[in-house]
Amino acid sequence: MIDGFSNTTLSISNLKVAVGPHSVVDGVDIDIRKGEIVALVGESGSGKSLTALSAMGLLSGRVGQSGGEIKLNGQTINPQDEVEMGRLRGTRLSMIFQEPVASLNPLLSVGEQVAESLVVHGRATKAQAMERAVQMLADVGIPEPEKRAKQFAWELSGGMCQRVMIASALIAEPDLLIADEPTTALDVTVQAQILDLMRRLRDKTGTSILIITHDMGVVASIADRVCVMYGGRVVEQAEVHQLFKAPKHPYTKLLLTTIPKLTDAPKQDLYSIKGMVPDIADFPEGCRFRTRCPLADKQCVKTPPLQPRKTFDDGLVACWHSELTETLQ
Amino acid sequence: MMKLLKTLREAFFPKSAKGIPVGVFVAIVAVLVLVAILAPLLAPVGPNTQNLMGRLKPPGTVARGTMFILGSDELGRDLLSRLIYGARVSLSVAFLSVVLSGCLGTVLGMAAGYKRGWVETIIMRVVDIFLSIPAILLAIITVAVLGPGFINVILVLALTRWPRYARVAYGQTLAVANMPYVRLSKAMGASWIRILGLHILPNIIAALSVVATLEFGLMVLFEAGLSFLGLGVQPPMASWGAMLSVGRNYVSNAWWIATFPGICLFLLVLSVNLIGDRLSEYLNPKSR
Repeated sequence: MIDGFSNTTLSISNLKVAVGPHSVVDGVDIDIRKGEIVALVGESGSGKSLTALSAMGLLSGRVGQSGGEIKLNGQTINPQDEVEMGRLRGTRLSMIFQEPVASLNPLLSVGEQVAESLVVHGRATKAQAMERAVQMLADVGIPEPEKRAKQFAWELSGGMCQRVMIASALIAEPDLLIADEPTTALDVTVQAQILDLMRRLRDKTGTSILIITHDMGVVASIADRVCVMYGGRVVEQAEVHQLFKAPKHPYTKLLLTTIPKLTDAPKQDLYSIKGMVPDIADFPEGCRFRTRCPLADKQCVKTPPLQPRKTFDDGLVACWHSELTETLQ
Repeated sequence: MMKLLKTLREAFFPKSAKGIPVGVFVAIVAVLVLVAILAPLLAPVGPNTQNLMGRLKPPGTVARGTMFILGSDELGRDLLSRLIYGARVSLSVAFLSVVLSGCLGTVLGMAAGYKRGWVETIIMRVVDIFLSIPAILLAIITVAVLGPGFINVILVLALTRWPRYARVAYGQTLAVANMPYVRLSKAMGASWIRILGLHILPNIIAALSVVATLEFGLMVLFEAGLSFLGLGVQPPMASWGAMLSVGRNYVSNAWWIATFPGICLFLLVLSVNLIGDRLSEYLNPKSR
């Protein structure tokens, strides 16, 4: 069990998630090393949230994991096993969501909710847990934590609630924090503060973070490594600077082109990738991006494998024409 | 504490209230509850004390040194005393059946709304079946099978009325179970028992309390109805419904026997229903 000593916190391999007969996540591989911040990027419907939810075992209804293996610190875990997951959630794996205010129960005090995972897992008595919660609130930069702990979600601002959520997710010192669009509902200044807070906490505790976002600005300011998803597959994966400098997949390249630049001519139309993410019922054969890709040709009917990016990093790309990507404008 | 008092005052005596403030109805119910609790102290004589010489005496008659303030019935029993003891029966049957059916319905409704799947199908279809049969008919049939009596009436009402709560609990649970804070709690490792008890129940209890209040009024009427038909509490136990039933036979020459229990029932049910209405208005943010 060499893997048991490896420094990979979470390893997702060949993950498949299906909604009824359609596969919405189709063979995703992601490794998150200890203390690393990995960003999972993609449009709505690319399967990034489902990937994260299946690692947490929180898929529900008609959505279910149909294949793949998930390892936490080298040990295989079974997300469908409610008993096992109940033990892991909060203590080893935690997750925060995008609606900070709605994510807190309006009838429970903020302190009680921060303390929740300690109480749930019997790590502390209620009084001890509350004490830890106050301390944790101070750690996430909430002024007057004793007072705030007794308040309710609707008495706090959105940014404050997001800090509370982070405190509740990290109080039991999990190995991995999954953050599903944690800053989407916040304004840019608060967004920067929250990202900064997450990075500082990572530096302090060594918790790995998987951050899901569609905002390239968030990726640039927090991530160490990036996975780009399209149509339920990882199309490119690279260290953050390498990815921004030399995107090898046409989708990544076009995604970066959509970011408006200060040097753009005034009143120029904003760039957008033509077409829409296809409906899950009719993804094309082979490369799923080929219907929107300017480089697509006959070869793309075959699914391209994830291959080394042929750059100096250890990145991967899934495209038959990755060497032509640079020529795209 | 002051905040709570203020909220309560605004709930019961809203500044913009049309008509009679709901506080009046709260007071009526409170008085009836007090009368029921203090019955032995308030009643002039025992509810079953007969005075065959003083049968069917109109209100205000003095017989054997005591006055029948509200008259006497066909066995010469003091009507006021029987009304006071009857309040005990009406209120306790209504209260206990509401508590029992409320608990049963809430648990089943929450289970259906949270677990979904076959649990949901079975529970909610049974609810549909129950709701499709006229409730009083169902109650009459069940009493006919189980036999009448104080405890049986409560059981019958609880067993026939739980679907109302199950419906509401189910719908509310569906809504709350999808709230982000339930998802977050799950991601923190909370068990389903904790989620149901700590996150869902407190958030749906408001809607259920409105149903319970409205049901309370209905339960008073059901008990009266069953007793009126002779299927409720049995003689000589005093019940407003049973008194009404007996009074009907004498209504042409002793109007008071049926009138006073009728007034009591009317006041209690009206008050409880109006409180329920105001409560639902107050708890619904759209009408606040």
